[in-house]
Amino acid sequence: MAVSTIILFLQNYPLYIRSVPTENELKFHYMVHTSLDVVDEKISAMGKALVDQRELYLGLLYPTEDYKVYGYVTNSKVKFVMVVDSSNTALRDNEIRSMFRKLHNSYTDVMCNPFYNPGDRIQSRAFDGMVTSMMIQVC
Amino acid sequence: IMELCGATRLGYFGRSQFYIALKLVAVAQSGFPLRVESINTVKDLPLPRFVASKNEQESRHATSYSSDSENQGSYSGVIPPPPGRGQVKKGSTSHDPVQPRASVDQQEPVSPVVSPQQSPPTSPHTWRKHNRHPSGGNSERPLAGPGPFWSPFGEAQSGSSAGDAVWSGHSPPPPQENWVSFADTPPTSTLLTMHPASVQDQTTVRTVASATTANEIRRQSSSYDDPWKITDEQRQYYVNQFKTIQPDLNGFIPGSAAKEFFTKSKLPILELSHIWELSDFDKDGALTLDEFCAAFHLVVARKNGYDLPEKLPESLMPKLIDLEDSADVGDQPGEVGYSGSPAEAPPSKSPSMPSLNQTWPELNQSSEQWETFSERSSSSQTLTQFDSNIAPADPDTAIVHPVPIRMTPSKIHMQEMELKRTGSDHTNPTSPLLVKTSDLSEENKINSSVKFASGNTVADGYSSSDSFTSDPEQIGNNVTRQRSHSGTSPENTAPPPPPPRPQPSHSRSSSLDMNRTFSVTTGQQQAGVVAQPPAVPPRPQPSQAPGPVVHRPVDADGLITHTSTSPQQIPEQPNFADFSQFEVFAASNVNEEQDDEAEKHPEVLPVEKASDPASSLRVAKTDSKIEEKTAASAPANVSKGTTPLAPPPKPVRRRLKSEDELRPEVDEHTQKTGVLAAVLASQPSIPRSVGKDKKAIQASIRRNKETNTVLARLNSELQQQLKSEPVSVELRLGGDPAVLMLV
Repeated sequence: MAVSTIILFLQNYPLYIRSVPTENELKFHYMVHTSLDVVDEKISAMGKALVDQRELYLGLLYPTEDYKVYGYVTNSKVKFVMVVDSSNTALRDNEIRSMFRKLHNSYTDVMCNPFYNPGDRIQSRAFDGMVTSMMIQVC
Repeated sequence: IMELCGATRLGYFGRSQFYIALKLVAVAQSGFPLRVESINTVKDLPLPRFVASKNEQESRHATSYSSDSENQGSYSGVIPPPPGRGQVKKGSTSHDPVQPRASVDQQEPVSPVVSPQQSPPTSPHTWRKHNRHPSGGNSERPLAGPGPFWSPFGEAQSGSSAGDAVWSGHSPPPPQENWVSFADTPPTSTLLTMHPASVQDQTTVRTVASATTANEIRRQSSSYDDPWKITDEQRQYYVNQFKTIQPDLNGFIPGSAAKEFFTKSKLPILELSHIWELSDFDKDGALTLDEFCAAFHLVVARKNGYDLPEKLPESLMPKLIDLEDSADVGDQPGEVGYSGSPAEAPPSKSPSMPSLNQTWPELNQSSEQWETFSERSSSSQTLTQFDSNIAPADPDTAIVHPVPIRMTPSKIHMQEMELKRTGSDHTNPTSPLLVKTSDLSEENKINSSVKFASGNTVADGYSSSDSFTSDPEQIGNNVTRQRSHSGTSPENTAPPPPPPRPQPSHSRSSSLDMNRTFSVTTGQQQAGVVAQPPAVPPRPQPSQAPGPVVHRPVDADGLITHTSTSPQQIPEQPNFADFSQFEVFAASNVNEEQDDEAEKHPEVLPVEKASDPASSLRVAKTDSKIEEKTAASAPANVSKGTTPLAPPPKPVRRRLKSEDELRPEVDEHTQKTGVLAAVLASQPSIPRSVGKDKKAIQASIRRNKETNTVLARLNSELQQQLKSEPVSVELRLGGDPAVLMLV
C-alpha cells in the first residue's frame, strides 16, 4: 500500500479527499492538515522572485516513521498533499512527481468544466477514476 | 384499474403493474372506457397508435429527443407509460421517483419507458414484452388526460428529482412546440425546458400527419439500434439551437454560454457537469458543434431517464477530432478557452474554420476539417510526438564519441542519433548532454513537474547543443518525452534515449566536446561534458562559443566531422542565444561561463549536483555520456592538447561538469582546447603539455571541481529561472502547459 491519502486543498479548505486504507483515516487527515503548514512555509520560503521561481513540486514535506507526506502546489495556490506509506520504498521521487503531474492535469480538466465552481468539492467522475487508478497502481 | 393492471391479483404494484395502472388512469381521465384493451386501444388520441410497439419504441428512441410522440409510442410499448411519461421524457423522469431514477439501473425501469432507443438492449425488450400486454401503443395517451394527472405527479416527483423541476413547471402541457418536434420549429430559448413540455405537446400537437412521419423516421433510426445515435432531425435541431447561441457554426460556444443553456434543462448541476466532461472532447472549455450536439443529446437522454454513460458513446464522439488530439487539447484553458487561452488553440482552430465553412454543408466533411484543427490544437500531443521523433536523435548525437555523427547540423539528426545512442547505451554518453538539456528544458518545460524528469534531457541537449533554437524544441520534446518517461526512472535508466539531449547539446558539444573528448582518454563523459560546455557558453557569448568550437574542430584529429559541424554549431549558437530567453539566465550564464570556463572542464565535474537529485541523475548520465565521448575523442584529442578543462560555461555545462568531476580521471585527457580559451587562461596550470599530465591533471581536476561547484550553483539558479519560465514557454507552445501553469 503505497499511497494512502490524497487531498486537494484550496486555501486550506479541502476540495477532494481520497484515502485508500479505510482505517486510520482520521490520522491521515490530521497529518495532511498539519503538513499544510509545511506547505505554506515552503511557499513563502521561496525567496527571490515570486511564484515564478517556485517549483510546483514541493517534495517530501514531512517524513515520519511510517509514512511520508509529499506536497505539490499549483500556481493558483491549490495544494495537493499526498501521504505515502513508507513501506513502499519503490516509490521514487519521480514517480511521485508524475503522480502529482497527473493530478494537476486532471484538476485542470475539472476546472475547465464550466459547471464546476471553483471552491466546490470535486465530484467529477473522471477525476475520481483517475485518482483511483493512480492509487491502485501505486499499491 | 388496479384489477386491470393485475395489482390486485398480485397483491402489490410491480413496475409493470404500476405502469399499466398509470396508463389506465390516463385512459380513464381521457374519458375512455377502462378496459384492459383500452390501454392498447386508446390510441386514437393525440398520438397515433402504433401497433408495433417494438418498432415504435426503437424509433422513438432514435428520435426520442426529437419527437415526443415517438417516445410516447415507445412508452406504451415498453411499459404502460404513465400517461404523461411516455409522452414526455419528463414522464420518464417523473417516474424516476417511482423507480429510483438516479440509480444506475434506471435504464431498466425508466429507459424502457422513456424510450427504448437509449435503454440497454435488454430492458427495452423486456419492457416491450410486458407492454404489449397492456397496450399496444398506449403511448398516445392523450396528453390532455394524463396531463393534469401528471402535473401533480410530476410535481411530486420533481421534488425528488431536480430534473423533474421542469416537468412540474410545465405540467400543464404548455402548448409549446416540442423542442425537437419535427412538426414545429423547436423553441429557441427554452429548448430544454420545453423539451418535456414539447413532449407532451407532441402528443397533442403531433397530429397523425407529423406522427406518422416521425414514426417513420423513428423506425428508420431504430434500425441503427444505437441508443445514442443522433438522428438527422435531432441533429438539425441541435444545429439550430447551436446557431441561436453561436451564429457561426464553425465557432465555439464558450463554457459560460453553454452552462447557461444547459442549465435551462433543469438537470442537476452534477449531471450537467458530467455531461460536460463527456462531451467536451478536447477539453478546451468550449463546445464545438459536434460537442454541442453530443452534449445536447446527452441532456435529452438524461431527461428521458437514460443514465449518463461513463464514457462518451461512439456515435456521439466528435468524429472530426482525432482521439489523440482531443486528449491533448484537454489541457487548454477552460472557460477562458476562447478568449485567450492557449495561444495555439484559437489559432489552430480558426484556420480550420474556413475550411469547415467550405465543407459546412456536409457535416462529415466539416468534421474532417475539424480533425486537422484538432490536431493542430492539441499541442501536447504534438509535443509528445514531436519529441519522440526527435528525441531519439539526440542521444546519438550526444554520444559524439562514436563518431561525430552529431556533427550534423540538423537537430533532428542529432536527436535521432542521440536517441539511438541512448537506446543502446543506457548510460548514454549523452547523458551529460541530457543532463544539460534537462536543465534547459526544465526551465522551458511547460510542466514544471516534469522538469526534473525531462530536465535532464533538456539540459543535456541544452548544454551540448549550440543551437538554442533546437533547445526549445528539444525541451518541448524533452518535456513531452519526459512525460512519457515520467514513470521511468530518471534519465539514467530511461531506456528511451534521453529525449532532451537533442541537438542543442549535440551541436555544441559535438563540435566542442569532440575535441575535448578526444583529448580525454579516461573520461568519456568528460569528453562529452567538455563538448557540452563549449556549447553552453556560446549562448551568452556567441563569440566564445564559436571560437572554441572552431578550435575544437581544428584540434580534434578525428573530429573532422566536428569541424564540419562546428561551423554549423556556430550558427546555432546564435540560436542558443535566442533560445535563452531569459536574459538573466544568459547573463548569469555568461558570468558563469567566464568563471566556470576554467573550471568547467568536463573532466572534473564537481559533484555538486547532490543537492538536486535530478541533477545528480543527470550528472550520472552526463558522466556516462562524457565518458563515452571522452573515450572516443580521447585519443584524438590528446594530441590536440585542448585545454584540459575548458569548463563549458553554460549551466548545462555545469551539469556535465558535475559529472565530469565525478570522473576525475577524465581530467587527464581533457583536451578542451579552445572553447574556453578564457577559462583556460584562468587555469594556467592546466597542463596543455603532455608532459605534465599528472600534475596538470590534478590541477585541472581541482579547478574543475571548483568550477563544478560554481557551475552547480549557477545551474540550480538557472533551473529555477527556467522553471519560472515555463509560463512563457507554455504560452509559446500554446498548449496544455499554459493552462496547467495558469491553473
